[in-house]
Amino acid sequence: MIAHGNAWKFGNDINTDEIIPARYLNTSDPKELASHCMEDADPEFMNKISMGDVIVAGNNFGCGSSREHAPIAIKAANISCVIAKSFARIFYRNSINIGLPIVESPEAAEDIKPGDKIEIEFDSGKIKNLTTGKEYTAKPFPPFMQDIISKGGLMNKIRSELK
Amino acid sequence: MGMTITEKILAAHAGKESVEPGELIEAQVDLVLGNDITAPIAIQEFRDLGIPKVFDNEKIALIPDHFTPNKDIKSAEQVKVLREFAREQNIRHFYDVGRVGVEHALLPELGLARPGMVIIGADSHTCTYGALGAFSTGSGSTDMAAAMATGKAWFRIPESMKFVYKGKLNKYVTGKDLILHTIGNIGVDGALYRAMEFTGEAISVLTVEERLSMANMAIEAGGKNGIIAPDEKTLEYVKKRTGADFTVYTSDSDAKYIDIIEYDMTKVEPIVAYPHLPSNAKPARESGVKIDQVFIGSCTNGRIEDLRVAAELLKGRKVHKDVRLIVIPATQEVYAMALKEGLLSIFLEAEGAVSAPTCGPCLGGHMGILAEGERCLATSNRNFVGRMGHPKSEVYLANPAVAAASAVKGVICHPDELD
Ligand code: SF4
Repeated sequence: MIAHGNAWKFGNDINTDEIIPARYLNTSDPKELASHCMEDADPEFMNKISMGDVIVAGNNFGCGSSREHAPIAIKAANISCVIAKSFARIFYRNSINIGLPIVESPEAAEDIKPGDKIEIEFDSGKIKNLTTGKEYTAKPFPPFMQDIISKGGLMNKIRSELK
Repeated sequence: MGMTITEKILAAHAGKESVEPGELIEAQVDLVLGNDITAPIAIQEFRDLGIPKVFDNEKIALIPDHFTPNKDIKSAEQVKVLREFAREQNIRHFYDVGRVGVEHALLPELGLARPGMVIIGADSHTCTYGALGAFSTGSGSTDMAAAMATGKAWFRIPESMKFVYKGKLNKYVTGKDLILHTIGNIGVDGALYRAMEFTGEAISVLTVEERLSMANMAIEAGGKNGIIAPDEKTLEYVKKRTGADFTVYTSDSDAKYIDIIEYDMTKVEPIVAYPHLPSNAKPARESGVKIDQVFIGSCTNGRIEDLRVAAELLKGRKVHKDVRLIVIPATQEVYAMALKEGLLSIFLEAEGAVSAPTCGPCLGGHMGILAEGERCLATSNRNFVGRMGHPKSEVYLANPAVAAASAVKGVICHPDELD
C-alpha cells in the first residue's frame, strides 16, 4: 500500500477536540464528521485539502478523548496518512483498530514543510519527500498489530477468528 | 524479578505467571463501558459481527451521560441505540435519565469498579477506577465492540512510572492539585503509554473521592492508566457499596520502574491550569484572571465532597455580578445528598444554577456553552481549545474550593483571598 499527497503541518499536542469538536459528536456519520475535520485547529482545512493529502504533526497527536470519531473523521476526509513525532495512545490504538494509516517518525515530522509532496510505503515504513528528495524510515509495527492491520482492522480479525 | 501492581493485574488476566513492559497480551476484561457518544459506534460494530449475544450481560455498562437529558434529536437517537441494545441483550447496567450520572462518578458509587479488575471503557477518563486499585484504561469504540463480543482486549504492558508525594498538604490542596502539579511537571505527554503509580504519605491521607479525581486525570499526562494500591480506605469504600468479590494487588518492593519522581507537597499550593493545556499549571493565589463563568461538576470534581467544599465557601456569599455559576452534581446519589445536606439551597442563595447530572458543559455539549472570548473556570479535567464552546473561549481548571472562591471574587483566586 502506498499513500501520496501534499503535506499539511500541525504542531504538538493536537487534541481530539481540535480534530473533531465535541459539538459535532451527536452523530457518528463519517461524512458529516469529515466535514468538520480539524476545524478547531484550522477552520479552512476541509476547503484546502485534496484527496490523499497527508497530515504531518508534532508530538502527542490525537491526545484527549477516546472518541473514535477523530480517526474516523480524518479517514473520511480522505487523508491518506498521518505522520507524527508521536501519537497519543488511544488515538494510536483507535487508528489501528479502524484502519487509518499512521506513521511515527520524529525526523520526517520535523523536516517536512507545508505543501511538500510526500509518498509513504506502508510495508517498508519508507517515507519519501518528493519535493526535497529526502527519505526516512518509520518504526515498524509489532507483528501483533501488523496482523490487525493486514486483516483490515480489529473487527475483521475477530470475524476471521469466529469462523 | 518483582512486578508492579499494573503488571500483576494484567498478568493475572492474561493467565500468565509474569509479564514484562513491552509485551503484547490478550487479557480477560471484567467490565466494559461505553457512553452515548462512543457506544452507538460500538453497538453498530457488534451488530455487524453477526453474533447473537454479548459475552456477559452483567459485565457491560452503558451510561448515556454526555448529552443527557437529551439536548436534541440527534442525541436522543444515540441514547435510543443504547436503550434498545440494553433491552435486547438484557444488559444489567444501563442507566437512563433519573438514574444515570456521569459514568466515572457513577460506576465506583455502584460498586461496579473494584480492586484488581481489568476495566476498559470507550471513554478516555476510564483511567479513574485505578484509584481503587484496578487496571482501568480508555479505549475506542472498536475495542469496546470487540470486548463485548469476546470478553477480551489486547494490551501492550506499559512501563510503570512511580510518583511519590511527600509531606503534609497545605490547606485547600486536594487530589486535583496533586495531579495538576504532576501534569504541570511532566507535561501532557510525560507519561505517554505508561502506567502512573501514585504513592506516598500524601496519597494515604487523601479520601477515596480525591484519589478518584486524581487517577481521572492520568490520561491528561498521556498515561495509559493511573493506579493507587488499595488501603483500608479503599476497602471500606468498596465494601460499603458491594458484596462482590475482589482481589487486592500491590507492587513488589523490587518492582521495576522506568522513572521514580518525588514531590514535596509542603511547597504546593492550590493550582490552576491555564488555557489550553492541563499542563499550564500556575498557583491560584493572586492569579487575578477575570472570569465569566464557573462550572463545578464533572467526573473529576462533581462528587459530594466537592460540593461540600464549594458550599462551605459560598455560604452567606453571593456569586460575583459578572459571573455565572453552574453546579452539576455528578450523580443522582450526589444530587440527593446535596439536597438533604442543604448544599443546593446554598448554591441557589448564592445565585448559582443547579442542574441534573450530565457531562453537559464539560465537553461543550450543552448546559453552559461559552461564547467567543469568554472565560470559564471549571473543576473538570480538560481545557483544550474550544472544549467548552467557541474556539476563541478559554477554560481554566482548578479544584472546587478555588472555583467557588473565584466565583465570588469574579477573578481566579486562592480561597484565602476571600474576605
Ligand atoms: S464529565 Fe467530562 S471528562 Fe468526564 S466523562 Fe463527562 S465529558 Fe468526559
